Amino acid sequence: MEVDSAKLIAAALAIGLGALGPGLGIGILGGKAMEAIGRNPEASGKIQSAMILAIAFAEAIAIYALVVALIIKFV
Amino acid sequence: MHVSITPEIIGHIGGMPITNTLITSVIVTLVLAIIFFLATRNIKDVPRGLQNLVELIIESLFNMIDGVTGNRKQTYQFFPLVATIFIFIITSNWLGLLPGFGSLGFYEAAKEGASEEGRAVFVPLLRSANSDLNTTLAIAITSVVAVQIAGIAALGVFKYGKKFINFSSPINFFVGILELVSEISKMISFSFRLFGNVFAGEILLVVIMTLAPFIAPLPFFALELFVGFIQALVFSMLTLVFLKTAVTAHVEH
Repeated sequence: MEVDSAKLIAAALAIGLGALGPGLGIGILGGKAMEAIGRNPEASGKIQSAMILAIAFAEAIAIYALVVALIIKFV
Repeated sequence: MHVSITPEIIGHIGGMPITNTLITSVIVTLVLAIIFFLATRNIKDVPRGLQNLVELIIESLFNMIDGVTGNRKQTYQFFPLVATIFIFIITSNWLGLLPGFGSLGFYEAAKEGASEEGRAVFVPLLRSANSDLNTTLAIAITSVVAVQIAGIAALGVFKYGKKFINFSSPINFFVGILELVSEISKMISFSFRLFGNVFAGEILLVVIMTLAPFIAPLPFFALELFVGFIQALVFSMLTLVFLKTAVTAHVEH
C-alpha cells in the first residue's frame, strides 16, 4: 500500500474511531444531567454549569483525535 | 485549499520571526486595552454607556468566580488571572471570525521539498491567535504555573510539596509521581483543547466556504461563535477549579 493511501485511511480512522468514546460519554453525561434536572428542577442552573464543564472535558478527547487526524493529513 | 498547522511567518524583527498569529494577538491586546481605557476614562458612580457594558462583563465574571470559590478573599485573588484568560481567549476567538482573517495576505513561492513544488502558497496576514499551538501552550503554561504558585503561597512549600513527594508509604509515593505527571498532562490538555477547537473550526470554515460560500457558512459561523465562548469558559473555569483545589489543604483520610 502506498504511503499516501495509508495516510488517508489513517486520518479517517483516527477521527472516526476517536469520536466514538467521547460521543458516548457526552450522551451519558447529558442523560444523567437531564435525569437530575427532572428530579430537582430548582438546581437546574448548577447542574447545567457542571454538565457543560464535564462535556467540555469529554469533548477534549475528541479534539485530540481530530488534531491527530489533521496532523496525519496535513503534515 | 491549503491549511498549515504551523503559523506562517510574515517577517522578521531583529532575527525573531513574526508570525501572523503573533500580529493577531497583538491586535487583540490593543483592542482590549483601548476598550477598557475608554470605559474607565471618566469613571462615574452610576455607569453609563461603555462603562456600563464593561461593568456588566466584569460583574458577571466576578459572580461566576465567586460561585465556584465561595470565598470572597479568594475571589479577589483569583479574579485577575481567570478573568483575563477568559476575556483574552473569547476576544481572540471571536475576532478571528471577522472578514479579513485568513483572506487578506500575499503569495509566497513554495519552499524546497514542499509537496506543491513550484506553486505559490497563499500566506494570510492575520490568523486567529489561538489557532497557533504556541499561543495556547503559553496560556496553558501560565495557568499551570500560576496554580503551583498559588498553592505554594497558600500552603507553604513543604505542605504543598507533600502532594507530589510523599514518602509515607510506597502507594503514596506513586500517587505523588502520578500527581506530577498529571500537572504536565494538564498543560498539554489545556493547550490542545483550545488549539484543537480553534484550528478545527478554522478548517471547517475554510472547507465550507470552498464548497458553498453563500448562506451555507452561516450556521457554521454560529457554531464557531458558540465554540469560541465555550472554550474561553472552559479554560478559565478549569484554571479556577485547579486554583481552588491547590489552595485547599489536603484532607487526610
